[in-house]
Amino acid sequence: MRHIISLLMENEAGALSRVAGLFSARGYNIESLTVAPTEDPTLSRMTIVTSGSDAVIEQINKQLNKLIDVAAVLDLSEGEHLERELMLVKVSFSGATQDKLKRLAEIFQGRVIDETESTCTIELTDTCAKLDSFLQAIESGAILETVRTGALGIGRGNRILKL
Amino acid sequence: MELTGAEIAIRCLQEEGVEYIFGYPGGAVLHIYDALFQQEKVKHILVRHEQAALHAADGYARSSDQVGVALVTSGPGLTNAVTGIATAYMDSIPMVVISGQVPSYAIGEDAFQEVDSVGITRPCVKHNFLIKDVKDIAPTIKKAFYLAKSGRPGPVLVDIPKDISNQKTEFVYPNQVSIRSYKPIGKGDSTQIKRAAQILLEAKRPMIYSGGGAILSGAATQLTELVHWLGFPCTNTLMGLGAYPATDKLFVGMPGMHGTYEACMAMQHCDVLIAVGARFDDRVIGNVEHFAQVPRKIIHIDIDPSSIAKRVKVDVPVVGDLKLVLDELLSVLRGGKQKPNAQNLAEWWKQIDAWRVKGGGLRYKNSSEIIKPQFVIEKLYEVTGGDAFVTSDVGQHQMWAAQYYKFNKPRRWINSGGLGTMGFGLPAAMGVQLINPDATVACVTGEGSIQMNIQELSTCKQFHLPIKVVSLNNRYLGMVRQWQEFFHGNRYAESYMDALPDFVKLAEAYGHVGIRIDNPADVEPALKEAFSRKNDLVFMDFQTDPTENVFPMVPGGKGLSEVILDPNPPHPHVEDL
Repeated sequence: MRHIISLLMENEAGALSRVAGLFSARGYNIESLTVAPTEDPTLSRMTIVTSGSDAVIEQINKQLNKLIDVAAVLDLSEGEHLERELMLVKVSFSGATQDKLKRLAEIFQGRVIDETESTCTIELTDTCAKLDSFLQAIESGAILETVRTGALGIGRGNRILKL
Repeated sequence: MELTGAEIAIRCLQEEGVEYIFGYPGGAVLHIYDALFQQEKVKHILVRHEQAALHAADGYARSSDQVGVALVTSGPGLTNAVTGIATAYMDSIPMVVISGQVPSYAIGEDAFQEVDSVGITRPCVKHNFLIKDVKDIAPTIKKAFYLAKSGRPGPVLVDIPKDISNQKTEFVYPNQVSIRSYKPIGKGDSTQIKRAAQILLEAKRPMIYSGGGAILSGAATQLTELVHWLGFPCTNTLMGLGAYPATDKLFVGMPGMHGTYEACMAMQHCDVLIAVGARFDDRVIGNVEHFAQVPRKIIHIDIDPSSIAKRVKVDVPVVGDLKLVLDELLSVLRGGKQKPNAQNLAEWWKQIDAWRVKGGGLRYKNSSEIIKPQFVIEKLYEVTGGDAFVTSDVGQHQMWAAQYYKFNKPRRWINSGGLGTMGFGLPAAMGVQLINPDATVACVTGEGSIQMNIQELSTCKQFHLPIKVVSLNNRYLGMVRQWQEFFHGNRYAESYMDALPDFVKLAEAYGHVGIRIDNPADVEPALKEAFSRKNDLVFMDFQTDPTENVFPMVPGGKGLSEVILDPNPPHPHVEDL
């Protein structure tokens, strides 16, 4: 099953590679991994999307907790949470498809952030699944570039990951 | 007063009460060696290869409750040390490794003797640090010692660039450490401990299975008391030998691949299994699915939550320091009115005793013509009064030593269990001898393993380490040959050791005493002679039976009850049972 794991770790050189190394050394999947400092610049927050059996997910949580630089781990998928991913898509269009594309972007609540005579770049923020749907809705031949951040997650209401 | 980074590093070791460190100098650590030279508190043992420095520091730590310390230079110094670091990591041995690094301004430029030490060691250390500021040296070394010995112990590397070891700052050694992201667990959960106690009391076929954790946590006394109070059978893993006395009748021997028949069968058929600082390793429980076929309740006590439920499902997990958890478990048991059901226990013991008889215990067919390796270990046990520190290398000799030397005390059996590192025995023995200067130290090895770090005979000469090397020379990489015999149609690919040196002359060339023993009748006299030479390193080259195999054996991938016994009499076949 797909899990979104959030963790807080020391914002130090090498901390990211400890996490990445753990996943590769133990053969765990990483669908996406995203990391940036928090409001406390000494701490980074990482969101990892992974998948595996319950036993594997339990081990992933334990192994992450075992890393000295990791201060807190929360498996967001175990409770109510929100998930967002940012995507930029550059598409090529002819006059005929331009309107259709813009309508599609509107439906998905995306915005056009750059436009030239033959290309247009759309910014979209939603769940990973929604972003996938958007890509499916566009004629695949039209896509020039796609860049995605990977999922970010946060617990709902009082589910807070903080030191 | 301001000190250089190098001086600070050495002062930190002094503050930690380090008596010996093991190392090898080189360009990037010259400032640190200079600082070492100008003081006397921390003594340095110059090894002949960095791998040996790590194993020596490791043996030092395993045979005491101290942190082992090694000092190596950058690049090849560090890469040579990696096997030793990984060895310690797999067996959770507390060590601090200080490595030199190229100057900080040259990092990343492929400088001479540069390697990404922190990157290379990351998967085999508990933690590691690259120092970027001279002010960080003291607090980092303080943290390194704290991390190495607290919680589940392990090796910690501190990489110090050469320029930083030469910069100056005020020396202040922190009194305490606090790492917000690291809080080792002490006591276990009381509710879980009470549940564990109840399950133990209701068990019909209980089994106590203890591993290296019991030794690392210093919980041998508590374990022994627990076994005695409950009257349950106890098995110690390869890493746990000595935590419970091997000569006691409640001890059923080692479990697993080369464990006793009764230990394997009892592990497989028990209805309640309490694991004490053990991790259900593949060499211990064999095939996981086969093990899971028999329903049993498992209580697992470990300081590392990731060891629990890693390979088997656990009914009662207890996370905590074994010593504290066992203390609490004992007080719960003693405070209650209930005792284990004597009738159930008697029936279970009857079954175990039947396995003991049918499995034949640890027996082998001795010979008056050719030296049997097991016979050498039995005599070693007798001649040393069972009270030696025994290190070993890896292979058949290791298994025979584990089987036939009855360890009654913790920290006496020093071997590379997890990583299985050949070349471990002799350098480890150096560390053992240094921290136990008056003790008898034997290194049980083979002609294959000993050659992986034979150069350390030179270190032993320089530092007067009277280790007794017991080499079981069968002219084969015996364990490899055994697997080739069993599983590869007797095709002995590269397992024959041709062109062996004359080990007697080799020992003499290094300034030691060498004895070659060819006849069974000479085994005991040779051992007596060797161990009477208190001040000499004696290298005993026993010419042993090249065809001897280690039994019992649970073949790789098989289940515990699929154990193969020695086909030679006096053992009956397993199928008859």
